[in-house]
Amino acid sequence: MCVCPGPRRIAIPVRSSRLPLLSDAMPAPAHLFPLIRNCEISRICSTVCYCHHKHLCCLSSHFAHSHFRYAPQKKFAALYRPKENFNHFIHARDYASTPQRFYLTPPQVNSILKANEYSFKVPEFDGKNVSSVLGFDSNQLPANAPIEDRRSAATCLQTRGMLLGVFDGHAGCACAQAVSERLFYYIAVSLLPHETLLEIENAVESGRALLPILQWHKHPNDYFSKEASKLYFNSLRTYWQELIDLNSGETTDVKEALINAFKRLDNDISLEAQVGDPNSFLNYLVLRVAFSGATACVAHVDGVDLHIANTGDSRAMLGVQEEDGSWSAVNLSYDHNAQNEHEVERVKMEHPKSEEKSLVKQDRLLGLLMPFRAFGDVKFKWSIELQKRVVESGPDQLNDNEYTKFIPPNYHTPPYLTAEPEVIYHKLRPQDKFLVLATDGLWETMHRQDVARIVGEYLTGVHHQQPIAVGGYKVTLGQMHGLLTERRARISSVFEDQNAATHLIRHAVGNNEFGTVDHERLSKMLSLPEELARMYRDDITIIVVQFNSHVIGACQNEEL
Amino acid sequence: MAAGTTRFCAGIVSTARHVSLELKMADYSNKLYQQLEQETGVKTGYMKTGSISLAQTQDRLISLKRIASSLNVMGIPCEIITPKQVAQLHPLINIHDLVGAMYVPEDALVSSANVSLALATAASRNGVQIHERTSVSHVSVQKGRVTGVETDRGQIQCQYFVNCAGQWAYELGHSGEEPVNIPLHACEHFYLLTHPLKEPLASSLPTIVDPDGRIYIRNWQGGILSGGFEKNPKPLFTEGRNQLEIQNLQEDWDHFEPLLSALLRRMPDLEALQIMQLVNCPESFTPDMRCIMGESPTVRGYFVLAGMNSAGISYGGGAGKYLAEWMVNGYPSENVWPLDLKRFGTLQSSRTFLRHRVMEVMPLMCDLKVPRWDFQTGRQLRTSPLYDRLDAQGARWMEKHGFERVKYFVPPGKDLLDLDQSKTFYKPDWFDIVGSEVKCCKEAVCVIDMSSFTKFEISSTGDQALESLQYLFSNDLDVPVGHVVHTGMLNEKGGYENDCSIARLSKRSFFMISPTDQQVHCWAWLKNRLPDDSNLTMEDVTWKYTALNLIGPRAVDVLSELSYAPITPEHFPSLFCKEMSVGYANGIRVMSITHTGEPGFMLYIPIEYALHVYNEVMNMGQKYGIRNAGYYALRSLRIEKFFAFWGQDLDAFTTPMECGREFQVKLEKGMQFVGQEALLEQKQNGVYKRFTMFILEDHDTDADLWPWWGEPIFRNGRYVGKTTSSAYSYTLERHVCLGFVQHFDEKTGEELVVTTDFINQGEYEIDIAGQRFQAKAKLYPLSSLFTHRRRKDEVELSGYQRE
Repeated sequence: MCVCPGPRRIAIPVRSSRLPLLSDAMPAPAHLFPLIRNCEISRICSTVCYCHHKHLCCLSSHFAHSHFRYAPQKKFAALYRPKENFNHFIHARDYASTPQRFYLTPPQVNSILKANEYSFKVPEFDGKNVSSVLGFDSNQLPANAPIEDRRSAATCLQTRGMLLGVFDGHAGCACAQAVSERLFYYIAVSLLPHETLLEIENAVESGRALLPILQWHKHPNDYFSKEASKLYFNSLRTYWQELIDLNSGETTDVKEALINAFKRLDNDISLEAQVGDPNSFLNYLVLRVAFSGATACVAHVDGVDLHIANTGDSRAMLGVQEEDGSWSAVNLSYDHNAQNEHEVERVKMEHPKSEEKSLVKQDRLLGLLMPFRAFGDVKFKWSIELQKRVVESGPDQLNDNEYTKFIPPNYHTPPYLTAEPEVIYHKLRPQDKFLVLATDGLWETMHRQDVARIVGEYLTGVHHQQPIAVGGYKVTLGQMHGLLTERRARISSVFEDQNAATHLIRHAVGNNEFGTVDHERLSKMLSLPEELARMYRDDITIIVVQFNSHVIGACQNEEL
Repeated sequence: MAAGTTRFCAGIVSTARHVSLELKMADYSNKLYQQLEQETGVKTGYMKTGSISLAQTQDRLISLKRIASSLNVMGIPCEIITPKQVAQLHPLINIHDLVGAMYVPEDALVSSANVSLALATAASRNGVQIHERTSVSHVSVQKGRVTGVETDRGQIQCQYFVNCAGQWAYELGHSGEEPVNIPLHACEHFYLLTHPLKEPLASSLPTIVDPDGRIYIRNWQGGILSGGFEKNPKPLFTEGRNQLEIQNLQEDWDHFEPLLSALLRRMPDLEALQIMQLVNCPESFTPDMRCIMGESPTVRGYFVLAGMNSAGISYGGGAGKYLAEWMVNGYPSENVWPLDLKRFGTLQSSRTFLRHRVMEVMPLMCDLKVPRWDFQTGRQLRTSPLYDRLDAQGARWMEKHGFERVKYFVPPGKDLLDLDQSKTFYKPDWFDIVGSEVKCCKEAVCVIDMSSFTKFEISSTGDQALESLQYLFSNDLDVPVGHVVHTGMLNEKGGYENDCSIARLSKRSFFMISPTDQQVHCWAWLKNRLPDDSNLTMEDVTWKYTALNLIGPRAVDVLSELSYAPITPEHFPSLFCKEMSVGYANGIRVMSITHTGEPGFMLYIPIEYALHVYNEVMNMGQKYGIRNAGYYALRSLRIEKFFAFWGQDLDAFTTPMECGREFQVKLEKGMQFVGQEALLEQKQNGVYKRFTMFILEDHDTDADLWPWWGEPIFRNGRYVGKTTSSAYSYTLERHVCLGFVQHFDEKTGEELVVTTDFINQGEYEIDIAGQRFQAKAKLYPLSSLFTHRRRKDEVELSGYQRE
């Protein structure tokens, strides 16, 4: 592997060069809105009603605002679930007379769920170099088309440790894609000792082969943009040159390295967009990256040292097995959104008191953005002048775009947004069995306790169900039978998946009220047409890292 | 007392059993329990409810019909009924998926703890002392005899000790200085108790057994008690005993779920019934699903009764009776070989083996019992050195006493059905395969690996060996060196304890070949009866020799080419034994016997030469059309020749006189032998049963149910006995059944002497699962089968080339 962000496929440029930025920025509602205006509500409804009546009601009340909302579709399902509104929709049309059915068979469901799954097992070397990480499973299920989530995993080759991250893009996938390609290089470089940096610089200078920095663990669908690799590389090289110049002589602190890498990358994204590129394609690309946004949740595991750097509302969670074998969840990140009081407090601190009321409206930053920290999103970072200048001098596609021209309301003292991560350190213990990194698409539908249990039971292979005891309760044979069949169904679903992340997605999408996978529900959710899927679920990206308790235990003992 | 698993027992007394001995025990128990309350005054909760065994499939119905045939001839009322009749007998049953059922009206329910109490009360009245809360630490043995019991409350002197410790019997057996191996292993067993129904169930409602659903259901205090034998049993106590744990066994509802589903499917109305408890009471299971009783082969006076395979209450009374007779008379009144402890040896004592095997046995309780079923677990324990060679040539294996034996060889390119699909009561899928093996035995030459046979060598410095053997065996063993003698090892009543072939190797040493499962029994029998003389030695050499059976008219050609020795009948008459070289290997014991009545030789080969000799035989045999064959072919051959096999046809209650083997007895050999008096008496007074061969007349091999063994025989419409083995004779193209015919007085039922005329003047029918087939009775093998003598010159070579 070399330092250059590798040569990979070119899916996005081909696709996006034909489409206006708008479609990237505003997928589903923008298409739907005119339809509804044209009184075709009944047509949509019949499909929607059929597919899933419960979550439907949000359509009417929020569509009016939707087009000037920044990513309004986010949290749709979570925020608006009132069932009672549903009735007046049924009146619009005879519901029963639409018998169209699109059931998916279990193999079809599986092929959808497993399309993006990826597993990596850390190879063993005869007991030498034993890693605290056994391996990881990752997977993603799109709701947007194309999916806006990204994931990355890589092993640091010049330093120890493994990097894993999930990235949730909004207003398109450009920013998430760029961050997923670049962030780990920035982190790896930040971690490198001075001599290695010098060595690498010298190699580049003299045209020699570079030391590989990262070994990527990628699913075939995870691509790198070939066109931008030179640009990205130059930015990265500038960064390490600065690091060499700055040489403090101190050993690198992981936490600081993570913070620096995050901030530096965001800065580079911003700068690249301001400077532009003579190549019109690249110029457009860097602008799309800067104008779209992405949250990032990155884990760095080195022996028993686990660092989580989080920006935005993806989440890292540690699965802990208690002595009695049960599973509990420990949060290793804080969401940066309106639900986090400290975040609201922070944002308010950074801006004059006069703006206090307009800063957070309807649980969104400036009434628009759900995450309070993010990469890209220069609309929340640049001054109005800068934004105008860049848009005007930019390519026509950018100029024609209503969204990019739109300046957030009450925009007085930028920046309102930062990419600086919050870093949490955790020293791994033998009872820490796994780490789940996932975008909010998962956490909207599942409680972390359930996530811990489902993954824990999956990984141990044993279904650690509490045994049922009748005791003195009045239970009938029928009730007991129902309970047992349902428990059995839960067990059997474990065996369907070879990938913990897939298993989790199956539960996230298909869980019924009993917490077991309901095939019918799963089939319905997965057969939603593209333009509707986003109403019921968000993109889901999950990485499940499994730890090696023996190695962790041994490390602990050594220290003692 | 009765506080262990007895207390938890479901209390169902059912006579619907597959093995006729078990059926008799259950019948005796039922009659005993019935009168127990009256005799002892202790309430036993005996209630004659009857039992209904349901069939969801036609195969299951066949299986039930077979049991029904057995019950009927024993005088136990029993009928096959329609689903509608089931509904009339039991209001709650869903009959929609049933094809029929078997109703046994006299089956009963008891409270097992109270039955134990009643039995103990009765025993105490007769002077039996019962020490409760006393634990046995070990059994004292001196000179191979039980002398006492060491308990936590002191020593108790005794002559006899009975190990009835149930699932702890294994450990108790191993606690003494002289270990007694009792192969059994416990599994968790669950049953459900419910509160009474709104309209409490009548206590007279019959017990339901739904083997296809793997459950049984009985009424219990107005509600139900239902348990079953799941497919995935949970063995426990593998590592050892912790008696206290038995109190704290957990209910496991998830494990019970399939049984609960089966229960609700059978009785959907029970949905609303409230659960009282799920009881977990371990049951012990044995490696072959039959209980264990009898005297230890190593310690005299040490008796065992354990391993009831979850039917303790049904067998208890009968088993106790047989064991008591055994201890008092030295013999039970029935042939209990199927249950005898000595059918096992130390080779079945591995805990791993037992754990794996009982996991197969417990589900078998409810599985369809088809003919020729082989256990799948605990296999490949004892194998011949040729195992891999034979396996690579398509051998399919069965197991006897831990030894792998070939059933038949599947030709390349031919596939048989899956294990589960191959279960049938009809013509099996290997029919043609065995047919071609038989044909080859008849017309060319086949080789069968028969290494499993038990082989002993008995020798002495003087004449002790001959003298002892002359006393213990019925035939005259004082034959010239190099002769082989077929002889029975009889008991005092003249019954066969063993049927063997003995070769006189030299003046003072003998080589004895017995059936595979005789290894423990025969050893114990001889050990106990041979004089305690250091000049007389007996050695078990089973493992030292590989035995190859060369069967067929061309066997002689193969052997003579390999040994360069004259093997013509003049030099090597039948029943002759000679040490010779075969190929490069020297010291091969060649005997002119085949155990089938066909011409050929048995080769006893020291194991290191086994592969060599096998290869040589196969290479040389090629031009004579040699091929491998298995035991199924052997069986077909020996049954059509009317050869009885010990353990199958012959047992301790069968004398040579009763099976037409007077010629193997030398009543006047100049000295006393065991059983002589009984035989003399029989010779004078006649026999009360006669081993007979039946050839089925109107039986369609393709379409009709196949006979197995245990089918009732009817003479002129009256029951006269049961078959003991059967096979399809490819030569006669008919089924042949072997069995014993008795003569019951038409009025009194008293057993009368069976004469040749009685046999010959009857019209016979064999009852296969309720359907009767006409049969022709024969007392002697068909002579036509023996015409094919060794006529070397006449045999065409070309016809026997390999296909």
